[in-house]
Amino acid sequence: MSELDRRRFLKVMLGAGGALIVGLPLRALHAATPPLPLALLGDNWTRLSAFVSIEPNGRTLIGARAPDTGQGVRTSLPRIIADELDADWARVEVLAMPLGVEDDNGKPRWLYGPQHAGGSRNIAEAWQDLRSIGAAARWLLRQAAAQRWNLPAERLGTHAGWVIAPDGRRLDYGELAAAAAQLQLPDAGVAPKPASDYKLIGQPAGDVDARAMVEGRQAFAFDQTWGDGYVAVIARCPYAEGELAHLDDSAARAVAGVEKIIPISVREASGLIGDVPLAPGIAVLARDTWAALKGRTQLALRWRARHGGDASTAALTQQAELLLKGAPTTPVRNDGDFTKAFKAAAHRVEAEYHVPFVAHATMEPMSCMALITSDRAHLIAPTQSPRRALGIVQRLTGLDAGSILIEMPRIGGGYGRRLDDDYIAEAVLLAQAAGKPIKLLWMREDDMTHDVYRPFGVHRLAAGTDRKGRVEAWQHHLASTSRLWHRGVPASQLWTSEMQSDALPAGLVPNFQLGWYALDFPLWRGAWRAPSHDSNTFAIESFLDEIAHATHQDPLKLRLALLGAARQWQVQGVTFDSGRLAAALQRAATEIGWGTRVPAGHGRGLACAFSAGGYCAHAMEVSVQGGKVHFHRAVAVVDVGRVVNPLGVDAQIMGGTLDALSTALKLEITVKDGQVQQQNFPEYPIARMRELPRAVEVIAIASGATPVGAEDLGVPSAAPALANAIFAATGKRLRRMPFAAQLARMG
Amino acid sequence: MAPLPPQVPPAHITPQPRREGIHLQVNGKPYLHAGDPDMPLLWWLRDYLQLTGTKYACGIGDCGACSVLVDGEPVHACLTPMQTLAGRKVTTVEGLALADGSPGALQQAWINEDAILCGYCQAGQLIAAHALLQRHPRPSEADLDTLPNLCRCGSYPRIRKAILRAARARAGKPENPA
Repeated sequence: MSELDRRRFLKVMLGAGGALIVGLPLRALHAATPPLPLALLGDNWTRLSAFVSIEPNGRTLIGARAPDTGQGVRTSLPRIIADELDADWARVEVLAMPLGVEDDNGKPRWLYGPQHAGGSRNIAEAWQDLRSIGAAARWLLRQAAAQRWNLPAERLGTHAGWVIAPDGRRLDYGELAAAAAQLQLPDAGVAPKPASDYKLIGQPAGDVDARAMVEGRQAFAFDQTWGDGYVAVIARCPYAEGELAHLDDSAARAVAGVEKIIPISVREASGLIGDVPLAPGIAVLARDTWAALKGRTQLALRWRARHGGDASTAALTQQAELLLKGAPTTPVRNDGDFTKAFKAAAHRVEAEYHVPFVAHATMEPMSCMALITSDRAHLIAPTQSPRRALGIVQRLTGLDAGSILIEMPRIGGGYGRRLDDDYIAEAVLLAQAAGKPIKLLWMREDDMTHDVYRPFGVHRLAAGTDRKGRVEAWQHHLASTSRLWHRGVPASQLWTSEMQSDALPAGLVPNFQLGWYALDFPLWRGAWRAPSHDSNTFAIESFLDEIAHATHQDPLKLRLALLGAARQWQVQGVTFDSGRLAAALQRAATEIGWGTRVPAGHGRGLACAFSAGGYCAHAMEVSVQGGKVHFHRAVAVVDVGRVVNPLGVDAQIMGGTLDALSTALKLEITVKDGQVQQQNFPEYPIARMRELPRAVEVIAIASGATPVGAEDLGVPSAAPALANAIFAATGKRLRRMPFAAQLARMG
Repeated sequence: MAPLPPQVPPAHITPQPRREGIHLQVNGKPYLHAGDPDMPLLWWLRDYLQLTGTKYACGIGDCGACSVLVDGEPVHACLTPMQTLAGRKVTTVEGLALADGSPGALQQAWINEDAILCGYCQAGQLIAAHALLQRHPRPSEADLDTLPNLCRCGSYPRIRKAILRAARARAGKPENPA
C-alpha cells in the first residue's frame, strides 16, 4: 500500500470563487502549516492541502510534489494526474508543492506521500498514488454533470476538460467545479481509467518550465532574494577529518560590505549532523556576493588534519591491491564451489578493473536560503531529500515539524549529491547565528572539494567456462571505500552500499562467489547516479566481453545464453524478467547492425544493465584516432514499462548516456596529502559538445508494464559499451577509468 | 482612512550633476553602477539588477554558464569587471525575447526541441548559440562542435537540434522539411 492512502485521505473542497479542490486534508490545525502556492489554496488554506484545483474559468492547477533536478518530474507527475482527470493540458498550470508535513506529537507526519528526487523512484511511486487524485476529480465532475443533466453518470464521457453527454452536449470542467466540490467521494474509492483511455500518458510533452527557462525567469534557489539578508560564503577545512589551527579575520572584516565572520564548528564529534557530514568552516557574511567573495580571500587561515593528513589515492590503490591478496572482509555470496569449478574449467579468465572517486559537480553548486526565527524556519532548499533536510533543521533549531517550511525550487542537477544536506545545515546555523536571513552559496571550488564522492573501487574478477564456453564459475572481489563509512553503519554492513548479493549474473552461474574488502580512506562518500550499479556494471559487462573474446564467442550470444530462457525472479527487491533484458540487448544489437561488416578502424560494443526496475542496453560504434574516441553511433534501448512521457524518457536516457561517457573518459577525483586535488572544471573536465556523440538514438520498447523512472537508467551500461567498442576497434582493453590517459598512450 | 495631502510641485528644479560611476546599458535600458569597479558583471546583474537568468557555475571563465553579450560579442560575466563596461551594451538571456515579449527564434527552437534538462546552463547555452549563429547563420555539424559551453546533464544533442531549427526558422525555411 502506498504511503498516501487514497481512500482515507482524499478530500473534496470548495475553493475561493467556486473552485473544485481535490487534495488531502490535514488532520489538525496548525498555525505554521506550510502554505501552498496561493493559487491552490482557495479560502481553506489553513486546513487544506491540494493536488488539483479547477477554477470556474477552467484553469486547472496541479501540484508537483517532487523536486525537479532535471529528471522532468514537474512535467511527468502532473501529467499522470491530468490524464486521469482528462484535463486539457494546455489549460494546466503546474505549481511546486513544498514539503508537506505536520507535527504529530513530536514526530513529522507526511501529507503528500513521497517527496524526494533520487533512485529514479518518482514515476513508480506516482503510479501508485497520484492517479487516484486525478481519477477522483474526474469522478466528481462527471457526477456534477449527471445531476445537472439528470442523466446517469456512466453514460457521460470526458475529454480535454469537458464532460460530454451522449447527445453531444458538453460542459466545461470550470462550469462544474463549484457543484462538484459539494459532492462526496464514494468510500470504496474511484478506480483509475483503463490504459486504453490514456490520452496524455504515452504522448510526448515538453518541460513545463521550458519557456521560463529560456527567458531566464525560472528561479533556482540562489536566484531568490530576501530583502535584508546576508550573502554567505564559507572557507572550509580541506580535510575530511580536520580542524582549525589558526584564524586571523581582521583583513576580511575590513572589506567594504562584509558584515560578519562566523565560525561553523561541528558540535557532534562524529563530524556529522544526523548522518550528514558537515565540514568545519569560517563563514563570511556580506551585503552582496562580491563583498563576501572578496572577504573570503582576505581570511588568513590554517587547517590541520586530525587523521589522514597524508592520505593519497595513490596509496589507496596499493592498499586495495594488498587487501585483495587476502580473504574478503565480508563474503557476500557463495553458490556451489567456485574454487573447484574454476580449477576444473576448460578456460579461465581473470581481469582487474579500477573505478576512481568522482564528483557530482552539479551545474548549480550547493546553495540554500534560510530564514530562522524563534518559532519558525523557512528554507528554499535545492535538496533531493527534503525529509532528511527537515530532520536536520529540527535537530539544529528544536522546532517541531509543523513550524518548518521547506520549499523546493527547480534544481540545477542532483545525481545523488543533494541526498546529503550539509549545505542546509550550514545555512540554518548561519541564519541562527546572524539573526538574519541567509543566502548561502558554495563556489565551484567548495563544491568540487567538499562533495560526497562516488566510492573508489578495485574489482577483481575471475571466471571459468566449460569446453562449450558456458560460464560455470564466477568470482567478483571488490575492494572499495564504502559510502556508508562514518555514517553510523556497523562494519558488518558496510558492503551493502557496494555490492548487491543478487545482482546479475547472480543466479545464472552455478558456482558463484562475491566478496567485499573494506578500504579505509578519509574522504566522504555518497550516492552517485545508480549507485554501485554504475561501477559494478562497468566491471561485469567489460568482463563478460573479455570472456567472450577469450573463448572465441560472440559477446551478444554469450550474454543471451547466460540470460537463458525468459523467466522472472526477484532482484534487488523487484521483479526481474530476463526476457525483457534479452529483448533490449537484442534490439540494441540489431539497431547498431551487430554482425554486419564494420568500417575499417571502427569497432562495436554492447552492454546491458538492470537498475531500479528498468532495463537498458547500449550499443556503440567508435574509432580511436589521435588518442581520442570518435563516436560514430550511440544506441540506447530501454524498457521502463509504460512510457509516461516519451520526450522525457528520451532526454533522461540521452543525458544519462552522455554523462556516463564523459565520466568514463575523463573524470577522476584524486587525493594527495589528505586533500582533494581537483578544484574546478579545468582539472575536472566534464566533456563538451565536440567530445561526445552528436546524437544518442534512444529507443523505448513498447510495454504495458508498471512504469519506472529513467533518470539514472542510461548510466550503468554506457561505459562498458564504450570500453567494449574501443576493444573491438583497437584490440586494447581499457580496465581503468577514466580512459583518457590510456587512450592518449594509444596515440 | 485620511486622504493623502495634495502634492505640490516644487517651484524650481535644480538639475542634479551626472552621478559618478559606470554608465552602461543592459537589455536596452540605461543603468549606473556606483559600487566597486572590480565587481564582476555577473554579481552586479544578479545582486543589483535581479537579472538572475545569468548563472554562476565556475567563476573562472571556463564553463560558459554566465555568458552574456557585450556589444554583441559573447563574454563570461564572471570575469568581466564592471569598470570595463562604461558605455557598453550588455544583453542577457532576459534580453533575447522579441520586441513584443514573445520568445526569439532561438528561444522558441529551444522550447520546440525540449532542449532543457536541469536548465541551469541553458541561459549561457542560448547566448553562446546566439553568437554562433551571428558567425555562421547556417551552421554545419562541425560548427556546432565548436560550442564551448558545459552541460552536465547531457543536453548537447538537443541543443544541436535547436540551433539548426532556429537557423532554418531564421532563413525562412519550413520548420520540419519532412
